[in-house]
Amino acid sequence: MNMRSENFTMAPRQTSRNASGNTSVAAPAKLSVNDLNFYYGDFQAIKGVSMEIPSNQVTAYIGPSGCGKSTLLRCFNRMHDLYPGLKTEGGLLLDGQDIYASGVDINLLRARIGMVFQKPTPFPMSVYDNIAFGVKLYERLSRRDMDERVEWALKKAALWGEVKDKLKTNGQSLSGGQQQRLCIARTIAVKPEVILLDEPTSALDPISTGYIEDLIHELKADYTIVIVTHNMQQAARVSDITAFMYLGELIECGQTDQIFTDPAKKQTEDYITGRYG
Amino acid sequence: MNPVYRRRRMVNRTIMTASLLASAFGVIWLFLILLTLVTKGVPALSIDVFTERTRMSGGGLGNAILGSLIMTALATVGGTIIGIAAGTWLAEYGGRSRLANLIRFINDVLLSAPSIIIGLYIYAVVVLPMGHFSGWAGVAALMVIIIPVVIRSTEDMLLLVPNSLREAAASLGAHRWLIVLKVCYSGARAGIITGILLGCARISGETAPLLFTALNTNQWNFFNMGGEMPNLPMVLYQNMTINSFIPEQVALAWAGALILTAAVLILNILARVTSARSQK
Repeated sequence: MNMRSENFTMAPRQTSRNASGNTSVAAPAKLSVNDLNFYYGDFQAIKGVSMEIPSNQVTAYIGPSGCGKSTLLRCFNRMHDLYPGLKTEGGLLLDGQDIYASGVDINLLRARIGMVFQKPTPFPMSVYDNIAFGVKLYERLSRRDMDERVEWALKKAALWGEVKDKLKTNGQSLSGGQQQRLCIARTIAVKPEVILLDEPTSALDPISTGYIEDLIHELKADYTIVIVTHNMQQAARVSDITAFMYLGELIECGQTDQIFTDPAKKQTEDYITGRYG
Repeated sequence: MNPVYRRRRMVNRTIMTASLLASAFGVIWLFLILLTLVTKGVPALSIDVFTERTRMSGGGLGNAILGSLIMTALATVGGTIIGIAAGTWLAEYGGRSRLANLIRFINDVLLSAPSIIIGLYIYAVVVLPMGHFSGWAGVAALMVIIIPVVIRSTEDMLLLVPNSLREAAASLGAHRWLIVLKVCYSGARAGIITGILLGCARISGETAPLLFTALNTNQWNFFNMGGEMPNLPMVLYQNMTINSFIPEQVALAWAGALILTAAVLILNILARVTSARSQK
C-alpha cells in the first residue's frame, strides 16, 4: 500500500497518543517552524515565525483578518507553490525533515499533510467518488477494499449514517455541513499524519459547527491537527495549544487555557478581551 | 401611496412591458419562419426525399443528407479534439501570458470571421494544390468554423470551475493534469458538450464554406472523401436559385430546409437538456 512512505521516508511515524486530551508540553513536535518568512511579491505576510506543533494535539491559530494565519497554514502543505511570485524563506520541518528541501515530492508531502478549506469544496462527482479520488492517487484497491475505505472514512467523519444510502448522489447536493464533513472524510481517506483546517466552520451553522468540533476532538487521537479560526471561543473549545498572530508575527504561543486566562503579552490580552481585531 | 414607490412601480411596469414587446417581436419572426418552413416543406416530404439522390428533375435529397451528415460529423469530431485541447490549455495553463492572449485574440477574430472567407482560404490552401474539390476540403472548412466555438466554450466553462476545487484536489496530492482531467472536466462537462452541440448546429447549415471546397454533386458519395461531396445547404441554394423555374425542385428545397431546421432544432434542444441536467 504505502508507496509514499518508501519515497518520502523520514523519522518513524509518531504513534504516541494523548487520548486523554490533557496537554502535556512533552508531546514531541510533529511540525517545527524555524524563522519562517513568506512574501506575496514585495509584501511580507509572515515575519520570522518560529514555533513547534506537537504531535496528536490540536494547535489553533487566532488573530484578526489579514494577520497571516491562513498564509502560514498554507505554507505547511506548500499550497503557495501553485501560484507564481510567492516566496517562502526559512525552515519548516515535518518529523525533522525540511519540507522545502529540493527533492521533496510535493504530492507525497500533501499525502502526509491533508487540508480542509474554509468553504466546503466537494468535487462535482458522487459522494463515493469524492472519497475515492484521493485514495486512488496512492493506492490501487479492489472494489471491496475501496468500499471499505470509503465507509471507514465516512464513519470517521461522522457522516456515514447520513449518506450511506446516497453514495451515488452528487457530493455538491449535500448540505453545507455535510459537504464539509465529506471534505474531512476525503482528507482522512488518504490517511495523512497532519490535518490542516482553514476556518473549517466559518461557512456553517452552529449545529454543523458543533459536529465538526466534536470531530476534531476525536480525530486528534490519530492525527496532528492545526486549525485556523476567526472564532476565539472555538479555539478555546477545541485546541490544546493556541498561537496568536498579529500583522504577520507570532505574538504568543502556549497552552490554550493559559493563553485565554493569563496571557503573557498585553497584545494577546487586548485581542482576547475584544479590544481590537 | 408613497410617491417614490409609485414612481418606481410605474417605471418597472413600463420597462417590463417594453421588454415583453421586444421579445415578442423577435419570437414572431422566428415563428413565421417556422410556419413557412412547415407549410411549404411538409407537402414535399416523402420517403423518396430520403432514399433518392438529387436529379435534374424529380429525385430526392438522400445523397445530400448523407454527405452533410458525414462532413458535419467528421468536422465536429476533429474540431472537438482540437478545440478542447486548445481551450484547456488557455484556461488551465496559458493564463495571462502573451502567447495565451494572442491565441485568444486570434480565436475571437476567427469566431466572427465571415464563413465565405474561410471557404476561400481552404480553397487556396487545399483545393488549388489538390486540383479538385473534395469532401476533405469541405470538412477542413467546417472545422475551421467549429474550432473557435469549441475553444471559447471550453475555456469559459473551465474558468467557471471554482479555483477552490483545484486547490482542494492539489491538497490531496493530485498532479495538475489529473486535476484538470478528473475535477475540472467533471465540473465543466455539460457546458463543453453544449458548446460542441451548438457548434455542430452552426456548421450543419453552413453553405458559403462548402461552395469552394466540397462543391456539390448529383451522385451518391459513400465516404469517397477525395471527391466532390453532395450536401444539403448547396442543394437548397441551387434548387432555389439556378433551378428556381422548376416547381418540383423548389418544393424539394423546402423539404430540405425543413429537414435542416429540424436537425438544428434537435441539436439545440439536446444542448438545452444537457445544460439543464447539470444544474440539478
